[in-house]
Amino acid sequence: MTGAAGPPFIAVTSVSKHFDPQLSLGERIAGALGGAVETRAVRAVQDVSLQLARGEVLGLVGESGCGKSTLGRMIAGILPPTTGSVTIDGAPVMSGGRHPRKRTTRVQMIFQDPYASLDPRMRIGDALAEGPVAHRLSARADAAAYVAAWLRKVGLDPDAAQRYPHQFSGGQRQRIAIARALAMRPDVLVCDEPVASLDVSIQAQVLNLFLELRRALSLTMVFISHHLGVVRHVSDRVAIMYLGGIVEIGPAASIYDDPQHPYTRALLASVPQLALQGDVVATFTPIAGELPSPLAPPPGCPFHQRCPLAEPRCRDQVPEMRPVGPQHAAACHVLQPG
Amino acid sequence: MDADAPFLRFWAAFRENRIALVALAVIVAIALLAVLAPLIAPQDPYDLGRLVLSDARRPPGHVGSGGYVHWLGTDAQGRDLFSAILYGLRISVLIGVAAGIVAFVIGATMGATAAFAGGRSEMLIMRFVDLQLSLPAILLALVLAAVLGQGRLQMIAALVAAQYAYFARTAHGAAATERAKDYVEAALSTPLPARTVLFRHILPNCLPPLIVVATVQVANAIALEATLSFLGVGLPVTEPSLGMLIANGFQYLLSGRYWISIYPGVALIILIVAINLVGDQVRDQLNPRLKR
Repeated sequence: MTGAAGPPFIAVTSVSKHFDPQLSLGERIAGALGGAVETRAVRAVQDVSLQLARGEVLGLVGESGCGKSTLGRMIAGILPPTTGSVTIDGAPVMSGGRHPRKRTTRVQMIFQDPYASLDPRMRIGDALAEGPVAHRLSARADAAAYVAAWLRKVGLDPDAAQRYPHQFSGGQRQRIAIARALAMRPDVLVCDEPVASLDVSIQAQVLNLFLELRRALSLTMVFISHHLGVVRHVSDRVAIMYLGGIVEIGPAASIYDDPQHPYTRALLASVPQLALQGDVVATFTPIAGELPSPLAPPPGCPFHQRCPLAEPRCRDQVPEMRPVGPQHAAACHVLQPG
Repeated sequence: MDADAPFLRFWAAFRENRIALVALAVIVAIALLAVLAPLIAPQDPYDLGRLVLSDARRPPGHVGSGGYVHWLGTDAQGRDLFSAILYGLRISVLIGVAAGIVAFVIGATMGATAAFAGGRSEMLIMRFVDLQLSLPAILLALVLAAVLGQGRLQMIAALVAAQYAYFARTAHGAAATERAKDYVEAALSTPLPARTVLFRHILPNCLPPLIVVATVQVANAIALEATLSFLGVGLPVTEPSLGMLIANGFQYLLSGRYWISIYPGVALIILIVAINLVGDQVRDQLNPRLKR
């Protein structure tokens, strides 16, 4: 499935997202008078480019705060990029202008917290029918049958339509959220930590549901998670993010078995393993230091302060993405001779 | 309706507070009395031709020329006070509830729209609301009632202008909280029109605090209307509300004819206290921090 020829199905072209601080009037006055008011923008995502082929599943991995959710939300058309563009099949996901709005139903999103992502006052049936009826994917008269069909596809009883979200467990709610997204008949699904808030016993069921549906509906997916094992299970390709940028991208097998970027290696080594070596629990190496502030990213390579291999040039030159294997690229000076 | 509908769960919890239940019964009884006043009242207090001056200022229990007992006495024009109070309640409840509903709709829409839109429009709307909240409601209502003149609609308009800001403030706070929740983001990313998201998702979830404000504000509107009528800028003399009945009897209060002012006052107090008791219980039930 990876690397199909032809133009990319999803093209993310050098998108950045900066969040300006929301200053109150008082803070603005204080700032003008020389007070210590934070006026720098948070650079959540910095100049990211990506391509996805139709039917591909891209895993997006990184520590919390690395910008993976922000990137996902820009692909899903929830956040407008500050600069750059996201297109699906050549058509932009969001309209331009001063008040950008999402124009397409082809990309839908699954949120992390299934307790928060369903309107607590709306019956499941109404919540699922709302979008399809508004976009004429189903006539109002046929909405009940349409909703029942989608509930069955995610493994729920059609009777669920009559009930409210609080009457379901976390796993069931996430199935409902999946049904709601799929009822819009999207080509692309952006899943933001879709199993992170579920019990471990339920996670596997929901993940397998994703894989089944992806095959049945030939979905293209962006799967965001901080959990390396989960991402490996579902992804064709994996992108590793660090401080708003992608540092390594490649087929899942190469990333996990032959990581190139020092950050990817550190990330893989930092996963606690429960496997026993003799009678001793295998140790793991946490990554030294903290994620730098996205308010003031370090110059040069964003990872150089925590990198065990850092060289002098890492401090002032930003490394570019360069191929390090088949379809495998990483942004690191040390991997390049010179 | 299935047993798990939010309203039925709410009612099951409400039933457990005896005082609130009694207060609710009192409100229902008063509402019934007010609606059925023409059938219950022994006299039509608006029909000036039926008033007999020799019956004026009679104490409670007096049997008047009409042949029936004036249980609560009569006023200076010979009006049966029990009948006058029933008709007065009718007007007070009608005006209080109408003003409450209109203020609710206007205020909630303004506040929620401001929170949803954000940016400059939010600042403009909410600064205006803040400005108005810094003025006493009675002052604003008094000025408006004086400018607009007498009449039911004018009175409702004055009360709405004095009270919508409380709904706007509450709706703004609640909607700003709801706006940040995932289900709003999910609805916007479907995408659904902003109007749908605001009125079908955000506003229904802002209802609990708004209902609490509404009960308090209906009681306030009734009290405010009584105050304005007492001061003589409220309803016309031909539509005696409770406030005007109190005002009419005020001059006789110290001459021993207490009933002309006291009984309409008692009716007003019972109504307002009952509404506030129900409002307190509703607030306790809807406040997540007080959940048992």
